[in-house]
Amino acid sequence: MRKLLALPALLALALGAGACAPSTDAPTDSTDSRTGTLRVWLFDEANRTAKEAVVNEAIAEFTAKNSDVKVDVSYLATDTRAEKYKGALNDPASAPDVTEVGNTDLANFVASNGMADVTEDNRKWAEAADLPADLVQTVTVGDKAYGVPWWIGVRALYYRTDVFTALGLTPPTSYAELVTAAKKIRAERKDMLGIAVGGLYTFGALPFVWDAGGDIATNSGGKYTGAIGSPASKAGIKAYTDLFSPEICPAQQCVDLTGGGTVEAFAAGRAGMGILGNFNRSAVEAGAVKGKYAVVPLPGAKPGSIAPAFAGGSSLGVFRSTTHRSLAVEFMQLLASKKYTLKLYDAMGFVPAMKSGRAEVIAKEPFLKPFVDTMEAGTKFVPVDKAWTTIDAEKILPTMLQKVITGKATVDAAAAEANTQITAAFGK
Amino acid sequence: MPLWLLLPALAVLVPMFAYPLYQLGLLSLFDYGQPQVSGGEPARFVGAGNFRTLFADPAFWTVLGQTVVFAAGCVLVTLALGAALAVLMTRIGKLARTLLSYAALTAWAAPAMTGSVVWMFLFDSNLGLVNEVLGLDGHNWLYDRTVAFALVGAVVVWHSFPFVMITLYAGIQAIPPSVLEAAALDGASAATAFRRVTAPMLRPLIAIVVIQSIIWDFKVFTQIYVMTRGGGIAGQNMVLNVYAYQKAFASSQYGLGSAIGIVMTLILLVVTLFYLRALRRTGEVL
Repeated sequence: MRKLLALPALLALALGAGACAPSTDAPTDSTDSRTGTLRVWLFDEANRTAKEAVVNEAIAEFTAKNSDVKVDVSYLATDTRAEKYKGALNDPASAPDVTEVGNTDLANFVASNGMADVTEDNRKWAEAADLPADLVQTVTVGDKAYGVPWWIGVRALYYRTDVFTALGLTPPTSYAELVTAAKKIRAERKDMLGIAVGGLYTFGALPFVWDAGGDIATNSGGKYTGAIGSPASKAGIKAYTDLFSPEICPAQQCVDLTGGGTVEAFAAGRAGMGILGNFNRSAVEAGAVKGKYAVVPLPGAKPGSIAPAFAGGSSLGVFRSTTHRSLAVEFMQLLASKKYTLKLYDAMGFVPAMKSGRAEVIAKEPFLKPFVDTMEAGTKFVPVDKAWTTIDAEKILPTMLQKVITGKATVDAAAAEANTQITAAFGK
Repeated sequence: MPLWLLLPALAVLVPMFAYPLYQLGLLSLFDYGQPQVSGGEPARFVGAGNFRTLFADPAFWTVLGQTVVFAAGCVLVTLALGAALAVLMTRIGKLARTLLSYAALTAWAAPAMTGSVVWMFLFDSNLGLVNEVLGLDGHNWLYDRTVAFALVGAVVVWHSFPFVMITLYAGIQAIPPSVLEAAALDGASAATAFRRVTAPMLRPLIAIVVIQSIIWDFKVFTQIYVMTRGGGIAGQNMVLNVYAYQKAFASSQYGLGSAIGIVMTLILLVVTLFYLRALRRTGEVL
């Protein structure tokens, strides 16, 4: 009988909830309180305490100036980050004021109406002129800026100095030399991969595509269309997938390696070379190859050229739903300032986005030279569009690579299929 | 039987089942992604657009086909293994029976996540115990589509056979010995007694375990998602549920994901209805 009485109540509840069909409400815009708690989201890192120390210093400086404000920082674990952001975009109450954002994610957050337009604030910021144009592009959607670049990372070619010396090899300066060196290493050291590459390693493959003159998509008149099916892109795909031969990096072992997997293989001493980032240095130093490696820029097809690297890294932005807009912008600019990006470099090895900051760390750290050479040769980026999230999540590029690597499809067929899917993703 | 007696069941089923299903159906008619959820763009009604996109996508048909084959294989092996072990349990001594049921219950109790991860450790290319023992250094068990499916299938079966075994064992134990004795007195051989007495008496139970197994195995997610890292090399081990997850949550196309959910629900409803009808015909009261 009790259940029977509960029925009308439950039905009423269901009907009440049923009233909220897909919402079409616009979210509330930011307000500007000068007191209270400023919520900040930053990425968790393997050695977070070092990052935390830098951030705490910035907070101390910030609260000394704004004594009525508390800064509450959460460090987001990599695995659950995407869910946290979805929550923040859907519900302003669970959104932070200031956030770190992976530079490839920003466009989607902007399309989701999540980020505040800070074009004006950046114009007034004294240090803005120090930001390089190619990185400012990564936070720009349309003609508006939605954040500031914080730090950057690029990948280059790590190689084993001990193995190269023993086999009489010199660091490769062209793709052909890279292939020759990789084959020689695998022929002489049976348990090593010539170069660790991965079928799931999109940012390892893209430099080959870009070097060949191809791209993921091209933008004409604000509209993207897939370009991965172009002859130039296909040449790049072939160059990368040819590395998955039994004489270099056997498909069986390498087809399902991610970027992280190649770092692991190189750090454990299972590979003669690897395409790793400057931000992977601590992982390599912690592995078996400590002191037995060096880095050169990843060579392009033309002798002496450098393959364009992906401009990885992260940016800082302000959530549109913030209730402390001025404070949030102020804190974002403080964290992104030269002073704190230099401290962050000392703590984490993340290269500052600012031109002058970059120059300073290069001067004191010779390890960075090949990475900086790569940056100066010109970096490339994925399309700044919400469709990138779809392309990435649907694994369109890794699937294309894996189909070629396993021989399930030719380069032509796989690239054509991926091209169609990419164009479709932009059409949504 | 007065119909109002169904009300308590409805009180639970309507909010817990019908309402979410209604929302799923509603969402499947909209172009509904992350920008729509957070109000950046208005949700657009697309009618059957999501279903058209889905049915026009050759990948969907491939995934649907391999889901059906994979689920069918898992159901058959689970039932065969579960039934064989249930019969075995009635024939062996107390100690052996206890050991067997503990072993099976442990597999049953292991969370799908844990089980999948442990099996992956065993079959790891570089550090796995299996490759170490077999001397297959660097062999990738997920490289071939069929082998990868078989490996994941083994884990699915390992997780689900105990339910079939315990249920059928209980069913066999519940058959009154006098019935079997009467059959024996009438001159029925063991095989005839099984066919004419035990099997018919077990039919309702078998119906339940078959439907359960079909539903579970058709909806398999964790094992595929964890073991093949979200669908295998170039998506070769994708099944419908992982595909729906990928569309709905990973790439935030909630409308399209809901459409896949609706298709899955319909398929499973049809399966269930067919089975119920088949049972009706044989005269079982359910």
